Formats: sequence, structure tokens, C-alpha cells
Amino acid sequence: MNAPRLPGSVGIVEAKKATFDEPLRLKSGAVLPAYEIAYETYGRLNGARSNAVLVCHALNASHHVAGFYADDPDNVGWWDNMVGPGKPVDTERFFVVGSNYLGSCFGSTGPASINPATGRPWGADFPLVTVEDWVAAQARLADRLGIERFAAVIGGSLGAMQALQWALAFPERVRHAIVIAGTPRLSAQNIAFNEVARQAILSDPDFHGGHYYDKGVVPRRGLRIARMIGHITYLSDDAMMEKFGRQLRRAAPGFDFDIDFEVESYLRYQGEKFSRYFDANTYLRITKALDYFDPAADFGGDLARAFARARADFLVVSFKSDWRFPPARSREIVKALLDARRIVSYLEIDAPQGHDAFLLDDARYHAALAAYFRNIVL
Amino acid sequence: MTEADAIVAWVAPGARVLDLGCGDGALLRRLWEEKRAPGYGVEIDDAHVLECLKNDVNVLQMDLEDGLAAFADRSFDCVILSETLQAIRRQEALLREMLRVGREAIVSFPNFGYWRLRLQIAFGGRMPVSPELPYAWYETPNVHHCTIADFEALVAKLGLRVLERLALTGGRRVRAAPNLLGATALYRISA
Repeated sequence: MNAPRLPGSVGIVEAKKATFDEPLRLKSGAVLPAYEIAYETYGRLNGARSNAVLVCHALNASHHVAGFYADDPDNVGWWDNMVGPGKPVDTERFFVVGSNYLGSCFGSTGPASINPATGRPWGADFPLVTVEDWVAAQARLADRLGIERFAAVIGGSLGAMQALQWALAFPERVRHAIVIAGTPRLSAQNIAFNEVARQAILSDPDFHGGHYYDKGVVPRRGLRIARMIGHITYLSDDAMMEKFGRQLRRAAPGFDFDIDFEVESYLRYQGEKFSRYFDANTYLRITKALDYFDPAADFGGDLARAFARARADFLVVSFKSDWRFPPARSREIVKALLDARRIVSYLEIDAPQGHDAFLLDDARYHAALAAYFRNIVL
Repeated sequence: MTEADAIVAWVAPGARVLDLGCGDGALLRRLWEEKRAPGYGVEIDDAHVLECLKNDVNVLQMDLEDGLAAFADRSFDCVILSETLQAIRRQEALLREMLRVGREAIVSFPNFGYWRLRLQIAFGGRMPVSPELPYAWYETPNVHHCTIADFEALVAKLGLRVLERLALTGGRRVRAAPNLLGATALYRISA
């Protein structure tokens, strides 16, 4: 292969699919008769099969974690600054798996896939899948890839919830759980933002109760607004002010409802872009998966009791300016782990960007993760 | 005998240890290697936290001034505060917290009653600078200096028990007149 060897890049990658015919019973009680999981891998699984790392993605990302496609070289993986040769998650040393969650619109079976029972897209009939369901499906993918035990499971935001869930559901299969910009459960405010986003989609006349695929339309207005709301919560107040200030887009205020301020232009642009590639039924379901996640619920709200069965070593990372899942939420996780006498390290990175900081290239953050991964014994 | 040697000697094998202001984690690493004592460090400084991770030491990036609310009662055998007491604002509260969280505490600090420091003030008329206290007054992270006599008085006021005490100067134990001749003081205390 004549892959261009960019320094620090895994180079050309290929998305793969694994098909599963064993039905998957979901937390809701519904059953998915069969499904596909899209995934990518980087590096090599060693002889002892002890160097596998699972990367769990957040709301709008995918299994395309690192590298780029031969036919689409500009489509660089969403965590390319973290995963690659010589990067903190070093693909010279680790075999890295990126897996797309169930219900996604990027490759794994989701609402836009064909429902074998009807021969038409699932649409509104696609079941609500939870973080627990995602992890159960990922475990089957791990079986398929011959990975009995992951050296590490790592994720940010919604991916952090998956890393937590892995450590709880499959304690013997996770040696290190790396939980970044996460939370043990959404707050009422988090759920409230999600509900506004859902209502934007549900009230779009093009939504058609979720069966819009047949109608040849897409509820883009709803998706745009949902994304605009999301974006506000991903950035800190300071980061937004720094980026846009009160900068006007036109010479003077227009006294109408066209774009006056830069920040309006930014949000509209982000909303528009998102509405062109993201599926509304997927968005609805993922926000619900976020809302429902609460591993302490089965233990009377006592997260420490939930962690009693975990066996992994934990690294918990938060960002000071993150107000979506602020450091206090990560400290709850740390306290529960300490109360359960688990092994944990905790970093509170003083990065200004808000929730999005987990995706960005902060020297302290990356150096710490590199050090942590170097000490993982293979 | 260094200060670290003395602390390692005082920690029981296999003890669960919490090291407050753990720096680069070297002490915790030694405690694990020499005593199989599993531990956690608390540290606020980014560079130190990174060193701890490199040293493969469990580290929690937290501010001691926020208290020890993250730690349950009696969840550690030994809580260590090494060369950090003088940099804390609320020492009384922290000592109480240390003995809520741990069965025992080990505290070490530079003795401000050491004769060389006394001389610098008495005859030089300047704030003392020494190997133990290397900072000029305007750049020191230290906010609350004390002497061995001061610390003894605080321990008595708080009703704490001194299990062991040690004064060191230049790597040697000082037996006579420790408040005058000891550069560094170490205490093992319990509630």
C-alpha cells in the first residue's frame, strides 16, 4: 500500500462492518433481531491480545477516530490528535478499535436502516437504545475481534459514559477505564437542554412522526435548532466571548431578524452543516440514551455501591470551564470510586474552551494521557 | 536519614496511605516499593501531577484548601502532610480532617525555631532563607510558618496524641533542644 506516512497519522484507514445475527435484547425490553456495527481499527493486536484499546465516541462522532480515507483524504478522524503513532494513545503500541454505536446514522444499524420485518426504513419504529445496549453490542464486537480484555476503554462526554458502563457491565474485560469530561448522570438542566432539542425536531412539520424517509423530506429546521442548542452547551461563556465577542456581521444593527452578530452566524452555520449529515431519529434517541444513563439508580442512588463490582483502574479527567458536565460531576465519580476503594487518578485541566476541550489539543491534557498510557503494562 | 526515610520507616507495611501535597509522587512510589503500601497523592500543580502519572502513582488533582470531602471517614491508615503544612491557610481544619480520614497522620515541616533562622532575623534583620526555606519573602508559597513549640501547642489545643516525634538537621537526628537545633520536624499523630 502506498499510504502517505504523515507524521503522527495512522494514514489511510478503512471502515469495516461486523454483522450480528444473534438477537440483542435491549434495556427497554425491545429486541433487535440482527444488526451491524461499523468500526475501524488501527495498529496491530499483539500475540497475547493484551494491547487493545476501545475508543467510545460522543454524540455526533463515529467509528472514524483517526487517519483518513483513501477516497476522502480531508475526512480526518475526530480524535486524530489523540490516536496515532507517537500520539498519547500510541498505535505503535496499542491496537485501537473505534466502534460506532447502535442507532447511529454513520454505519451501524440505526433508524435509517432497513427494518427486515417491513423492508422499509425503521424510522420511528427503531427502538430506543441505551448506553447499556451500546456496550453490550460493543462486547459482541470485541468477541468477534478476539479481544477478551481491553487494556483500556476510553471516551469523552457520552463516550465517557460508555467507558464507565464497560467497567460496570464487564469488570473482567477492562483493565483501565478512562473517563473524560463525563458525568455519572445528567442533571435536570442537562435533560432540559436535551428536551428543547427534541422538541425542536418533533415539532418540525417535516418530521412526520419519524417516518420522514418515505416522504422524501428531512426535518432540517428541527435539527438545526437542536444543534444550535447543543453547541451553546459545548462552549464556555468565555470561549464564546473570546471567539465572537459582540462582533457584528454587518456595518450596523439591522433592526430586523437577519444575522446581526457573529455568534448568530456561527450557530446558524453549525446548525445548517449538522442538518445536512445527521439523522433526526438518531438525534432523538441519543439524547434519550444520555438522559436515561444512571448506573447508581439500581443501587439506591449510591454510585459507590455501583462501583463495588468494577475491577478496572480509572483515570477521570475534567475541564474547569466545562459547564455541561462540570468538574463537580467528575469529582462525584472520583469520590464514589474512592468510597468503593477502587484505584483512580483524577485530572482537572484548566482549559478555557468548555466541554469541547476534550477534543482539543491541550499540552497538559495530552501529556498526562500519554504518561498514563505509557504505564499501561501489556 | 532523610525526611523521606523517616516517613517510610513510620508507615506500616501494607498501610493505605494518602499523601497530601504529594509533589512528584516519589514518596508514594517508595512506600509502594518498600512497604507495599498502596496510596493516593493529592496535588494541585499541573507539572507535579504529570510527574506522578509518569511515576505510576495514583494522583488526584484537587485543592487541599477545599478540604478532604472526597475522602470518607477512616478510609486511610495514614495521611501524610510532608513539607506542606506551612503552605496551607487553614491548618487547624486540615489537621482535624486528616484525622477524620486517617487513623494516623504524619506531618513534617521546616522548623522556624531553628537557630540559623533565628540568627538571620535577630542579627541580620532579614527574613530567613535556608536550604529548608529557599524562598525570598515576596515569592514564598508559605503562608503560615511555625516552630516545633508552636506545633506542639496546636496539637495540645486540638487534643491530638503525639505517637512519635523527630527533629532532623543535615540528615541527622537531633535529640537535645530540637526547637533550637532541628531544621526539620516530623510528627506521627492520632486523634
